[in-house]
Order: sequence, then structure tokens, then C-alpha cells
Amino acid sequence: MNPFNLAAINFAWLPILPLITVGIGAIVVLLAGVRLDDEESEGLGWLSLAALAVAFVLTLGIVGQTGVAFAGALAVDSFSAFFELVILIAAAFTILMSLDYAGENHLAGAEYYSLVLFSALGMMLMASAGDLIVIFLGLETMSIAVYVLAGLRRRDPRSNEAAIKYFLLGAFSTGFLLYGIALIYGATGTIKFEAIRAALTQPMMSNPMLLLGLAMLLVGFAFKVAAVPFHMWTPDVYEGAPTPITGFMAVGVKLGAFAGFVRIFLVNFGPVSMHWSQALWVLAVLTMTAGNVIAVVQTNIKRMLAYSAIAHAGYILVGMTAAGPEAGSAVLYYLLAYAFTNLGAFAIVVALERRGSVGDLIADYRGLSSRSPALAGAMALFLLSLTGIPPLAGFMGKFYIFAAALHQGYTGLVVIAVLNSVVAAYYYISVIVAMYMEEGGIDTGRLARKPALVAAIGLAAIATVLIGIYPAPYMSAAANAFNSASGEQAMRAASLNP
Amino acid sequence: MPAGLFWFLAALSILAALGVVLQRNPVHCLLALVLTLLAIAVLFIGQDAIVVGFLQAIVYAGAVMVLFLFVIWLLNLPVESGPTGHLALKLFGTLAVAALLAELAVFLVPSRLQLKFSSAHAAGYGSIDALSQTLFSEYLIAFEVTSVLLLVAVIGAVALARRTTQAELQERKEASARVEKAA
Repeated sequence: MNPFNLAAINFAWLPILPLITVGIGAIVVLLAGVRLDDEESEGLGWLSLAALAVAFVLTLGIVGQTGVAFAGALAVDSFSAFFELVILIAAAFTILMSLDYAGENHLAGAEYYSLVLFSALGMMLMASAGDLIVIFLGLETMSIAVYVLAGLRRRDPRSNEAAIKYFLLGAFSTGFLLYGIALIYGATGTIKFEAIRAALTQPMMSNPMLLLGLAMLLVGFAFKVAAVPFHMWTPDVYEGAPTPITGFMAVGVKLGAFAGFVRIFLVNFGPVSMHWSQALWVLAVLTMTAGNVIAVVQTNIKRMLAYSAIAHAGYILVGMTAAGPEAGSAVLYYLLAYAFTNLGAFAIVVALERRGSVGDLIADYRGLSSRSPALAGAMALFLLSLTGIPPLAGFMGKFYIFAAALHQGYTGLVVIAVLNSVVAAYYYISVIVAMYMEEGGIDTGRLARKPALVAAIGLAAIATVLIGIYPAPYMSAAANAFNSASGEQAMRAASLNP
Repeated sequence: MPAGLFWFLAALSILAALGVVLQRNPVHCLLALVLTLLAIAVLFIGQDAIVVGFLQAIVYAGAVMVLFLFVIWLLNLPVESGPTGHLALKLFGTLAVAALLAELAVFLVPSRLQLKFSSAHAAGYGSIDALSQTLFSEYLIAFEVTSVLLLVAVIGAVALARRTTQAELQERKEASARVEKAA
């Protein structure tokens, strides 16, 4: 029997160290939690934050690399580094929001933090996947952890409903994804992205098995990023899940899913975008329009933010429809801006919420500016960024995406997207009106006693402003990330387009 | 694999599969299914897919079937008196079976059917040695991540199913009071 030859599969510590750190962190948190009561779980939160911080530093080592490891199973490039860093930040924000919330709501302490870390591990795997199997396994690790997290308020029927709905529909959508992977494997004879890219010749692209596989993959990802018409689960799940987890779903799960989505479609199937961009065009229009229009009539802030998240997935799909390096970088920048803004907004929902979901209604935000001016100011900032008001991060994100789509000739799509932004302004600003011009609402309680939550809100607000007024370094990081994944794209595109 | 053995196992697996459908007692159906799976396991081994054959016997005929048996006993299923269900269900069932038969008929035309009872493979093909070489080298990451995935599933199941605390009971009461108030 031959000994295993690790050099032959290109074994490398660099890409797996961050993953191992998060995984070990999750296990250590779980084991440390055995000795603690649920009410003392705050220390576990800080332990999780430490693991995320170490992983963050280790991930910085991947920036600037280009290549693959483990026989092509992991991609080691700035693209994976970019997504992994943002995912780690999103997980850290989620834990900051949860430190007080988890204790107040009697969530199972150790399992809670452990599952957040495992879910982040799944997202990071999706971001750094080099083949379809790792994409699938990352997606499942992420999803199974989040299914459970959504249902952790075990005694609240709405939380039960959220978990069951998310689990059933998620499992169903995973079936589509897996079927797509199988068909693509059948057509190309490989699951590795490098080999698939090399196999995409003109006769191959007319192979119905490959196109059907691509369509199935599209459906699977559309479920995960909550694109219309695959969004049915979103509002109920977002409403029923514990609020920090809702924020994690709206940001982290989207980051993970879009990381895989962008890597497969924009990077590896980018040269043949004419075969899938029309489908994405339709998805983008439906997603933006349905998300924004239904958000207008919502009275619950978590449901409103759920539909808003759907609409934002629509804007990102506009960028994906445009394809090409400019749109790819714009999508990455948008995801970064969206992550901070949305995490901030959910942190404020957490701040206002009392035990047992009191404070979830938009009516509860009336007169917030007189009771807690700082909180109202931060919420207004996040909502304006989500609307896309300059000079905040959300504006620059939309600007880059729309510009990229215009340069690719998608004028009609951009007009629809801008009209949608106007509709979106209505429901975002109506919350601001409630906070500043109306009376009533509920008391916010003693925020000073929750330094972690205040820190999360503050950091998100600073990032939202900073990324907006000084976008150049973040935009160039996004561009570097996208280009490092799609290095040889320009050449291949020239040889493939008829 | 001798042709006679192949035909014997093929006939046995089909007869046993018919038994799964036609038996009335659920436990008898299950035993017939075990027979089908074992016959197919031997067929796999005859085709040099030794690991697949043993996995079929251990995992399917062994573990999964025992699980089925437990569920049948747990549910205390009655002996079926005949096919049940809606008329529409029977109609669509018949249509689906007809479609599958048509598909088989297309693929099993003699020109396409090339029966080979033994195949020439490199030494070690389908062995546990070759499988583990692939699993622990080319698919190392996928293999390790799968174990993480299973761990997550276990933690999740325990987190959702563990004993209810007093605080949670209180929360339950408050939540149902709210739901009633809203309704």
C-alpha cells in the first residue's frame, strides 16, 4: 500500500488555518459551555469573538494569493479572502448583538454560539470552494446550523414555524442544487472549477445537460439568496427567528450564498454569460419589484427588513446580470456595504426588542428620537444607507452596480432598478418619520447596560459612513478580489464569444 | 462472474422486489427488501465493485433495514388489505409505472444491451485500498468537511430536543397568551 502523498494534492496550511480556527473555536465553545448555566453564557460569546478575531488575522495571509490547493478543492485567492473577511465580521457582529439577547431570551447558550461559528465555517467554505462538492458541503454546513438557530426559541410557536419552514424549503432547494451539480458533472465529467472552465467550449455550451444543470444551480442559489419567486420562506423565517440570527441570515447567509453564486456564474461561467444572463435579468426585475412593493405594506419591522433584504438581493442580481469584471467588483463592494448597513439596522431592532418580541412593530419606533436620540440617529443613518442616499455606503454600492449595468447596455434594467429605489425610499423613510415626527412607541430600557450592543451599532454606523465617503480602498479591494478569481477570463472570453 | 450466477441473482432480486410490493404484512415486505438488497450486493461484488457491494450489505441491508423494522414496530402498522388511496393517486401511479416501463423498453433493446459478466479492470480497482487513497488525497477536504457537517447536525438535534427549562416554560405561556390576544 502506498503512503499518502500530501505534496501531490498540493497540501497547504494557508487556506485551511482560518477554517480550522473557526471549527476548533466552535467545538471549544461547546465543551466550555457544558460547565456553565445558560444565564452565564456571556463568556462563551467572548470566546467565540476571540476565535473569529484569530481567524480574521489568519485570513489576511490569503490576500494577494492566486491558486488552488488540495487537488483543486479549495481556491486560494483574494476572492475567498474578501468574502471570508466580511463573513467573519458579520459573525462577530451577530455575536456582539447576542451577548445580552441570548441570556434574556433563554437561548441554549453554548449551542447558540457554537452553531453561529459552525455556520460561519460553512459560509467561508462556500467562499473558498474550488469544486462543486465543497460548495455543496459548505452550503449544507451553513444551512443546517441556521435552521437550528432559527428555531432556538423553542417555546415560541413562531420560532418553531420559522425553523420548520426554513428547513423544509431549504432541503427542497438543496435538492435542486445537487441535481444541478450532478448534471454538470455528467456533462463535463468533472466537478473542479478549473476543469469545468476549460471544458466550456462552444459545442459544450449547446449541450442541454449542461444548460439544465446550470438552470438547476440557479434555482438552488436563488432559494438561498431569497430571489423572487423563490422567496416565500423569507418573511416568516425572518420574523420568527431570534433577532440577531435574523440579522445573521440577512447578511451572513446572503454573503455565503452570493460567494458561491458569483464564483460559479460570474467567474467560471462568466465567459458564457449570454447563456444565463437573460434568466438573471428576469429574476432581478421580479426580485426588486416584489420585494420593494410588498415591503411598503409591512407593519412589523423584521418583516419589512426581510422584504428589504429580498429587494437588495434584486439589486445585486442586476450586477450579476451585467457580468464582466466591472460588475463583479461592484457586486462585491455592494455586499460589503450592505453587510454593515443591514447588521446595524438589525442591531437596533435587537436594542428595541423586549423579551418575547415586544417592540417588533414599526409603531413601536414612534417618538424614538425624543427618548433615545442616538439610537434614532443611527437607525436613520442605516435606513438612509439602505435607501441609497449619498454619501452613505448604500448609495455608492448602488452607483457602482448601476454604472456597470449601464456600461454593459442594460439601460432598461437600470431604469427599473432606479424606479424601485424610489419605492424603497417610501418605506424606509416612513420609519424615520415615525421616529422623528410621531408620538408614542415603547421605552428602550437601559441601553448603557449593554456595551456590546452599543459597540455593534457604533461600529456599523462608522463603517456605513466610512465606506460611503471614502470608497476607493474598498472598491479596489473588491476589484482585486474579483480579478484574482477570474485571472484569465479576458482571454477566454475573447475566444468564446461568437 | 459466471453467467449462471448472474441470472440466478437477477431473477432472485426481481422476485424479491415483487415480494416487497405484493406481500400484505409490512414485516414480510421488509424481509423481501433485504433479500433484494443482498442479491444486488452480490451482483456489485461480481462486477469488481467490492466496496460498494459490502457497503450495500452493511449499510442498506443492515443498518437502514433495522431502522425500518423499528419504525414498523413503533407504529404498529396493520396488515394492508389491498392498495389504498385516492383514485387520482392510483391513476398517476399507474401512469408513472407505464412511463418507467416504456423508458426501460427503449433502453433495453437488444442492440444497446451488451451483457458482460466479467470486466477487465486494473488490479485493486474498486478495493477499499483504492477508495481510501482517493478519499484521503483528492477528496480530503470534502471528506473532512462531511464530518464537520455531521457534527453540526448532531449538535443541532441535541440543541432542539434537550430538556425544557423552567424559564422556557414561562416564555411559552407568555407567547401563547400573546397569540391569543392577537387573534
